[in-house]
Amino acid sequence: MSKNNTKPNQRPLSDSSNLEVSTTRTKIVNDKNKRSNPLIKVLINGFFIIMCAAVAVPFISGLFASFRPGQMLIRNGLNLNLDFENWSLTNYSYLFDGSTGYLDWYKNSLMITVVSVILTLIICYFVAYGFAMYNFKFKNILFFLVITTMMVPFEILMLPLYKEMISFGLIDTFAGVILPGLVNASTIFFFRQYLSGLPKELLDAGRIDGSSEYGICVRIIMPISKPAFSAMAILSAMGAWNSMLWPLIVLRSAEKFTLPIGLNTLLTPYGNNYDVLVAGSMFSILPLFILYLIFNKYFVEGMTAGAVKG
Amino acid sequence: MKKIQAFLFSQKIAPYVFVLPFIISLAFFWIYPMISTISMSFHKIGNGYSEFIGLANYEKLLGDGVFHTAVKNSVIYTILTLVILIPIPMLCAFLLNSKSVLGKRVYKSILYLPALVSVVVAGILFRYMFSEMDSGLMNQILNFFGFESQEWLKNWGTGMFVLLLLATWRWTGVNTLYFEAGLSSIDEVLYESAKVDGANAWQRFWYITLPLLKPTRIYVTTISIYAGLAMFLESFMIYGSNNSPKNIGLTIVGYLYRRGIEKNDLGYASAVGLVLLIVALSISMVYLLSSGMFKKEDK
Repeated sequence: MSKNNTKPNQRPLSDSSNLEVSTTRTKIVNDKNKRSNPLIKVLINGFFIIMCAAVAVPFISGLFASFRPGQMLIRNGLNLNLDFENWSLTNYSYLFDGSTGYLDWYKNSLMITVVSVILTLIICYFVAYGFAMYNFKFKNILFFLVITTMMVPFEILMLPLYKEMISFGLIDTFAGVILPGLVNASTIFFFRQYLSGLPKELLDAGRIDGSSEYGICVRIIMPISKPAFSAMAILSAMGAWNSMLWPLIVLRSAEKFTLPIGLNTLLTPYGNNYDVLVAGSMFSILPLFILYLIFNKYFVEGMTAGAVKG
Repeated sequence: MKKIQAFLFSQKIAPYVFVLPFIISLAFFWIYPMISTISMSFHKIGNGYSEFIGLANYEKLLGDGVFHTAVKNSVIYTILTLVILIPIPMLCAFLLNSKSVLGKRVYKSILYLPALVSVVVAGILFRYMFSEMDSGLMNQILNFFGFESQEWLKNWGTGMFVLLLLATWRWTGVNTLYFEAGLSSIDEVLYESAKVDGANAWQRFWYITLPLLKPTRIYVTTISIYAGLAMFLESFMIYGSNNSPKNIGLTIVGYLYRRGIEKNDLGYASAVGLVLLIVALSISMVYLLSSGMFKKEDK
């Protein structure tokens, strides 16, 4: 962990890497088969099964509570009791019968997520394309600024941004929620990494064919950037769907609330909507769970893109 | 008209058109608020007036006991998340790569699940799992092992434990993913030749995996420092509001929110924000410098 350890350790590593590997291949293959020690196998898999069970407990206890009457949550908290006599789907029917604002919040969250994901991806792709494909004056300074914006936590800028939104008249509007986050430094960074890996000859080929600079960007490079788009789409959808702090500051009227804020309002000590609270929370996870099951691969790619490059 | 079009479509101008949205957004949503927050921190701002008061806000911070509590909470929380969320995910990633693992993808997918959940949902789940009633899950567990039920959210130590467990639950899978990506970029050949040299599993971990995971570790540590120091919503959800008994759950951003949004004291809140920025920037700079990050960049 500390830097003292790492320095001397690099020496044996480089020594051993000079060894000839090919002659030892067969030996290693045998070694691998021999190594599936049953005790180690039980220990390692046991470790992960316990970890996974621990991760699942909050979900399962939440799911259980979503079937019980709301007052039981306040009285008893969450637990794994199998008190089936109290269970029903009443809470879920409350969600959909329109007696609460829940469906509005769901719609608002969906709309804000879809609009901001589409706009963010398109805009950030264009900006990243400029950085990746061209050399121009001020490029390095501008890209340095992209990195710098990542180094400043959003929380520090939220008060002046809030004042700005008041003066723009964007308080309590979806535009106010969406606009400040549209051009996202880490999305630009990811796209730039991806685009830098593409051969520049594609651009020259396009130019020879008579495409304009923008035509190349949209008709040649964009289609082959699909993997990057998928990874970023999922990541920004996750961010937009779960975003809470900024919408909490911008939105005022209950019918404009997004899911996280709406659910939060149910948590007041005076509220009597605990029936909706847990069922609504569980149901709000659903879209991302489904996306995650289908596009598992892209989640991983999007998440780790920054880390590998360091 | 034609001329303008030709100008905009030329290879020289095109890059500027591409990066224009960034420049606009930077000006409106970053540079302006940044300058504004710096300037506000030197002002006393009330309804419709603003008075320059120099460093008075910062002087007030020095003697503000509540602010000190917030800083203490945030810093301790950050340090403890680092202590937990670097070694455990690293171990998970290392074990996941072992030949003995039966369902690598399944384990990885399940560990990652909590990261899909918003702070609101996570907070609600943890708030009620740590209910002070005997029927709350965590008290049930304590009782099962013969311990007394706890009023989890009324004491500093147990409250911090809840926040840490929440963070561990949410981020173990994500950090494991980072370290796993870092591991997969290490050449297998190194391990094979080390084995030939007679290095055992522990030595291979210590002399190959750890040093070569350094870039990943730097990345994860840096983002964890930022996330830890800027933590707010977790506490906001666990305690049901920004007010916790004796401020045991108050963080720096929580104090900024209380002063700026709840009490509309924008000047003082801006000073809080700038202190946070300076602390975060200097910690990460010191860390990045000491880990030799910039030397590598020069190459």
